[in-house]
Amino acid sequence: MTVTRRVFLKSTGLAAASLGTLTAMPKFLLRASALKDSTGTDAARHRKILIAIFQRGAADGLNIVVPFGERNYYQMRPTIAIPEPRKGDSATAIDLDGFFGLHPSLAPFKPLYDQGHLAILHAAGSPDNTRSHFDAQDFMESATPGVKSTPDGWLNRLMQAQPAAQSTPFRGIALSPQMPRSLYGPAPAVAITNLNDFGIRAGRFTDQMTEAFEMLYGNSAGDQVRSMGAESFEAVEFLKKMNPQQFQPENGAIYPNGPFGNALRQVAQLIKANVGLEVAFTDIGGWDHHAGEGNVQGQIANRLREFSEGLVALHIDLGDRMEDVVVLTMSEFGRTARENGNRGTDHGHANCMFVLGGPVKGGKLYARWPGLRNENLYEGRDLALTTDFRDVFGEVVDKHLGCKNLAKVFPGFNSSPANYRNFIRV
Amino acid sequence: MSLFRVMRLKRFGTVVHCLWVHGLLAGVEALTLLSLIMVPFQPAYLTASPEGATLSDRAGMLASVEQVAHVLNRLTYGPHPEDIERVGKMGIKSFIEQQLHPESIPDAGVEQKLAGLETLKMTSSELASAYPPPQVIRQVQQRQREAMSRPDDPSSGEMMSKEGTAEAPPVPLRRGNPQRIEAAATEPARNPNMKLEGPREIVKELQQAKVIRAVYSERQLYEEMVDFWENHFNIFAGKGADRWLLTEYDRDIIRPNAMGKFKDLVEATAHSPAMLFYLDNWLSADPNGPHPKASKGRGNARNRPLGNRRYDPWGRPVPPSRIPSSPPAAAQNQGNPKRGLNENYARELMELHTLGVEGGYTQKDVTEVARCFTGWTILQPRQGGAFFFNERIHDKGVKAVLGHKIHAGGEKDAEEVIRILVRHPSTAHFIAKKLVTRFVSDDPPEALVGRVAATYLKTEGDIREMLRTIFYSPQFSSREAYRAKVKSPFELVVSAIRTSGGDTNASIPLLQFIARMGQPLFMYQAPTGYPDRASEWLNTGTLLTRMNFALAFAANRIPGTNVELSGLLGEVSPTQVDEVRTRLLNLYLLGTASDQTRAALSKAPLPPGTDNARIPDVSAPQATVSKALPVEIAGLILGSPEFQRR
Repeated sequence: MTVTRRVFLKSTGLAAASLGTLTAMPKFLLRASALKDSTGTDAARHRKILIAIFQRGAADGLNIVVPFGERNYYQMRPTIAIPEPRKGDSATAIDLDGFFGLHPSLAPFKPLYDQGHLAILHAAGSPDNTRSHFDAQDFMESATPGVKSTPDGWLNRLMQAQPAAQSTPFRGIALSPQMPRSLYGPAPAVAITNLNDFGIRAGRFTDQMTEAFEMLYGNSAGDQVRSMGAESFEAVEFLKKMNPQQFQPENGAIYPNGPFGNALRQVAQLIKANVGLEVAFTDIGGWDHHAGEGNVQGQIANRLREFSEGLVALHIDLGDRMEDVVVLTMSEFGRTARENGNRGTDHGHANCMFVLGGPVKGGKLYARWPGLRNENLYEGRDLALTTDFRDVFGEVVDKHLGCKNLAKVFPGFNSSPANYRNFIRV
Repeated sequence: MSLFRVMRLKRFGTVVHCLWVHGLLAGVEALTLLSLIMVPFQPAYLTASPEGATLSDRAGMLASVEQVAHVLNRLTYGPHPEDIERVGKMGIKSFIEQQLHPESIPDAGVEQKLAGLETLKMTSSELASAYPPPQVIRQVQQRQREAMSRPDDPSSGEMMSKEGTAEAPPVPLRRGNPQRIEAAATEPARNPNMKLEGPREIVKELQQAKVIRAVYSERQLYEEMVDFWENHFNIFAGKGADRWLLTEYDRDIIRPNAMGKFKDLVEATAHSPAMLFYLDNWLSADPNGPHPKASKGRGNARNRPLGNRRYDPWGRPVPPSRIPSSPPAAAQNQGNPKRGLNENYARELMELHTLGVEGGYTQKDVTEVARCFTGWTILQPRQGGAFFFNERIHDKGVKAVLGHKIHAGGEKDAEEVIRILVRHPSTAHFIAKKLVTRFVSDDPPEALVGRVAATYLKTEGDIREMLRTIFYSPQFSSREAYRAKVKSPFELVVSAIRTSGGDTNASIPLLQFIARMGQPLFMYQAPTGYPDRASEWLNTGTLLTRMNFALAFAANRIPGTNVELSGLLGEVSPTQVDEVRTRLLNLYLLGTASDQTRAALSKAPLPPGTDNARIPDVSAPQATVSKALPVEIAGLILGSPEFQRR
């Protein structure tokens, strides 16, 4: 990897120079540059943002968005099925449309769904039939199912394909200790777990030592470690200036305790601080329920509670800013339609995804439902796939972020608006 | 600490400058060291290259001091101040051979350092009873509080049973030292050794032991191999009962086999309660079972892990009152649900432990292997139970794995599977590639991988022989391999301590640094283990944490970890900027720092009060400066790009 040290503009304004010719300027930027709002942050105010959430470990989509209208669902899951909705009984699925229902731990999602901010995709995922967590995550994050040699991640290619609205080291951010596969690649991205820890700490010598390390890692051509160090110091300097920590949760939003809530709270801070964030990524693990999965209570119920409370807190906290934000959730594959011998589920195939935000045509479940009768099952065991995850990603990339170079973002895949499920407003 | 001799070397050539900061060496020593440096380094093994690399190919090979540094950086967790000289004297080949035979290296020192970690010697069942889960501890404490606050019982600290009769002996609860308390809780029943720290303490001691061994053990390569296999057969300490099972796994499964035959490792891990629990095989059963017991059945109903009872993820039986009400549609299935096949272990055994993901197996093979492993379970997992083959839940049918028909019967079915897997060429290649990646480069040279795989097949997966093939290969000693690996956070921390001749008790602040850099020990959730690739460790956030670790370590700001910089400086005055810089550069980077790093260090702004051009007067009241200067320089070097590599 060779990354040359980039010089980014010290101002938060529009980096027109990086946009090239006017014709290449994405539509949303043209609109944004025309709309100088009272805060003076102009383009930043209307920058389109994507927040990708990875549920690592293969979440059990059939117990998350429950097809309670399927008789066979209950046959196949004698002990872990979510009961069909019953008025006044909170230990049952939350009815969406008379056929599908939300797991009761997703109760916080229901108002967002009703208000049209939340859409659901089902029977979606990767066409590759691997049931290896590692491979399937790799395929979903590189967005090249079946191809292991893809060097970069889809979110990074997205940034490569689009000129930056503002030159900033915080255009792509992972709230995680490791850089996720989705953000691998030459476009600059930052992995961070705690904004407060982001900088050199040497007591009263902090400034001098920061400068000294900067020099040590300067002139980075050709060296992986040095270039990463150079990037780090650009980011430190920039973050110090933007001071996202000054922003507290608004509108009474309460994030759940734990790494997931912390990650989302900091995503919101970065958005409010206008650091130039366009792509954010974080993950939430603990979905690999081979044994003792639980139903309306238990392991999956606990994970879903944290999951929904986190996303809803983000939605509340960002308020009007959600107009420019799309949150997209994913998991490497679904789980077996039948429960296994240990009241759990094994590795399966298609899954459900959530899309949340102002640009979303919510209040609807988008699926060509393949059915759950035995003869409908993929390889005789899993929910079959009717929506390729790349068509979901692609629609967000195209219609929300305005990136038309889908061939770059999804190499080897024939992206076509004809395959979109059309959950994003035009 | 003995004096450290520093060398500065001009690359590639035989023109070598020796810079003795400490004045004259004793004659004999000087001669030995000089001969090491001046005589073109020609280890016999280099001439024996099967791939035609000759010694005239000097350009691609490492010069002698670099050779020593390279071998030390790859076979150890970083050279201790005396190591360069010691290994130079004994010769690289002798050093490699010695490290390949850890049993021949006395190592009493490290045992002494570990003496205080008492969980290391305990069995899983002892650990399970001594370190009950937090809810049990809370229960005990609650009962004690109730007993203490009882108005009719002014004698504080006495444990009261439910009936209100005083239990003897009365001992107040205190945090910290091992407590002797009478547990009024139902579980674990009356354990006099119950600790209040909870099972977290077990994992902490395991993490500490790992760091202490890496820092102090003379059997450095062996410790690296333990780390390698523990990562290869990764188990997440955060998964339920594994927090009680990992100590035994480390001590009795991985450590005895780390330098032996690969097959033994697979067999040992397959039988280990820790792995059976982590990858769920202990729950896997023939869906058509349970079968009637054979005549001489082992285990009674109480011990059978799989009956009609329900278990939580920790392997504890769930009391009927805590079982959530069942969905109506499922009601008719309640009572005696069939247990069935669980594929988790079968898949990872092939994908991650043996064949590799491209090793040529199918979903059908996964299912068949899972069938073979039915009945491999754990006796009383909650009590830290042992391996147990339960024939009642074993699938007795004929299976086909990778084209082999398996009908060995009973426990032998899975043993047959292991035999097939470890003999498979895909396994040889997969293990070889992973070893070469660890010891040579993130882009393992395919030719070397092929040779190591051949060694595997020839020696039935002899780990020592595979390592020998690697260490004596031209690729290992090539210029491309030099400093090609980026240290993992664990390697960085240990190498900083070792190279400085520092001391540590590996207490929590140090462990937290390792975790914040991205490698919480024994805490990688996925069965893949930590990826062994530079790109996995390097990102803006973790790189800054590395620099902050370097600064904190050099300034002795990490409680429990100490470095004596003044000892390293010897006669050099702390205020002599240039001398300090040279001395520390030689110590930490063996004088082979890049020009850029040298330049950056010499231009680096230093704490106020010092001046690069003007060496402060030693007699002047410069207390702060003299303390700060070497600390900051050491911190910069330990945080430099070069020190991140090995």
